[in-house]
Amino acid sequence: MSDNNFALKLYVAGQTPKAVRAFANLRKICEEHLRGRYSIEVIDLVENPALGRGDQILALPTLVRRLPTPIKKIIGDLSNTERVLVGLDLRPRRPNS
Amino acid sequence: MANQKVARAELHKSPTGIAGLDDITNGGLPQGRPTLVSGGPGSGKTLLGVSFLVNGAQQFDEPGVLMTFEENAAELAQDVRSLGYDLETLVAQKKLIVDYIHVDRSEIEETGEYDLEGLFVRLEHAIGQIGAKRVMLDTIETLFGGLKDTGILRAELRRLFRWMRDRGITAVVTAERGENMFTRQGLEEYITDAVISLDHRVHDQISTRRIRVVKYRGSTHGTNEYPFLIDRDGITVLPVTSLLLEHEATNERVSSGLPALDGMLGGKGYYRASTVLMSGTAGTGKTTLAAHFVDAACARGEKCLYFLFEESPQQMIRNMRAAGIHLQRWYDKGLLRFHADRPNRHGLETHLLEMHHAVEIMDPDVVVMDPITNLMSIGTQTDVRAMLTRVIDYLKTRGVTALFTSLATSASSLEATEAMISSLMDTWVLVAITEEERKRNRWLYVLKSRGMPHSNDVRGFEIGDRGVRILPLEESPGDAKPSHTASRPRRAPLAARRRRK
Repeated sequence: MSDNNFALKLYVAGQTPKAVRAFANLRKICEEHLRGRYSIEVIDLVENPALGRGDQILALPTLVRRLPTPIKKIIGDLSNTERVLVGLDLRPRRPNS
Repeated sequence: MANQKVARAELHKSPTGIAGLDDITNGGLPQGRPTLVSGGPGSGKTLLGVSFLVNGAQQFDEPGVLMTFEENAAELAQDVRSLGYDLETLVAQKKLIVDYIHVDRSEIEETGEYDLEGLFVRLEHAIGQIGAKRVMLDTIETLFGGLKDTGILRAELRRLFRWMRDRGITAVVTAERGENMFTRQGLEEYITDAVISLDHRVHDQISTRRIRVVKYRGSTHGTNEYPFLIDRDGITVLPVTSLLLEHEATNERVSSGLPALDGMLGGKGYYRASTVLMSGTAGTGKTTLAAHFVDAACARGEKCLYFLFEESPQQMIRNMRAAGIHLQRWYDKGLLRFHADRPNRHGLETHLLEMHHAVEIMDPDVVVMDPITNLMSIGTQTDVRAMLTRVIDYLKTRGVTALFTSLATSASSLEATEAMISSLMDTWVLVAITEEERKRNRWLYVLKSRGMPHSNDVRGFEIGDRGVRILPLEESPGDAKPSHTASRPRRAPLAARRRRK
């Protein structure tokens, strides 16, 4: 993996509509902006509740950008592409945003 | 309907194990429901919650989950260790789980719908792992600083409290006090079963902690504000009314240090483990009388702890040496220890705590506090009385004989000023000075002494270089010149005449 690669984790709790929506939104955004240089790991806390501890998971769904550092978190169903890109540092944060 | 009736008939309670708090709540917090604990920064909310969990795990076989939103687990464990709680051991014994959720708004982006299911999943997992019955959420309001969508947050908190109720979890939820509300975010709207308010007030630069049960649905509770203290044994609430009068009463007697005074006290002196109040105006010789008592106790080989609120130990030893009472030798032998402190250096609860510690360390047979009236300047009468009650109760259960001197501001206030504490005293010796024909006469008499026949005499006494000499009744000045001149001794002979009738 090069430094350019994005290691993403998507935390969900079961196949809820929000979770499904978040995954679909994330795939779309990654394909458009990070094609070929990203990996997504989906972690279902219902199956593995202990895994919520490491990334301080509170809200669901939560997207965690493990790489590149620093770690970034985006919560929600990722329906606002603009904000997701800002959150992933793929777009500069606008003042007052 | 039927449910409601049952609930009212018998509301189950979860004891907190916090001394005093279970008394004012008549048994503890409402079982299976959340209790809101609100207070300002440093008011002791976290410690109250941790005590509830630790005591639950250690004493009541109820494992607990501590979900903290504030500090990380290591810091928290360190903070409470100084207060005697070993969280790591409880965690290792699977009696406690500490989970830590930190939310920093700056590193979180919000987009679209979300919920707090992550919190639910983690809480459920922790509860399931150890079969927890108790949960503490500390301080969940922090989330309002971390998440932007307060609409979601409020809905989720409502769901969370309902969720815990459904599972029969007894919870302590801490919150910051708000401006005009009990909590900054109005959590009292969601938690209506029980609300406890903590307060850390500074008055005249002296701090006092207080606790109040604001609300307790379906249960009677003490409604006063009660002072509480935090020491290395955790939290202690001081509910005066609930103190148990269960000390063992001994028939053993101890000398006052003065045979003549012993004679006035049924011939044998004070009861061991009783309380003695020695009150009088300035310069009447209270400290000298106390020193005789200490001198006699040390001569018997007993240990004495002397609390000084006015003088330094050196000053006290020197002054007593001048009066022919040699305390230095007892100090050198380790039988006499001093604890000198300015009353206004700490709040009442700190004084109480220091007294406890000093007594614990030395394990004395005799304790003197000279003068306790100095403590009255640092709190309201109610607070001081509560504190003294606590001290006395503690000393009695340890079998300590305690002597308190009390400084009256004027002769006329002699009996009145001590009204608030005299009921706590078993024996009350009054010391007075009167002027008569250019001479100052010292007097003493036993105003009361529970459980023994005691003398009605008002006796004169002198302090010379061999200590106090109590004059025989026939030599006592008031008796020799009874009561007819303009400069007659006022207080003592009056009391004497009243008593002799």
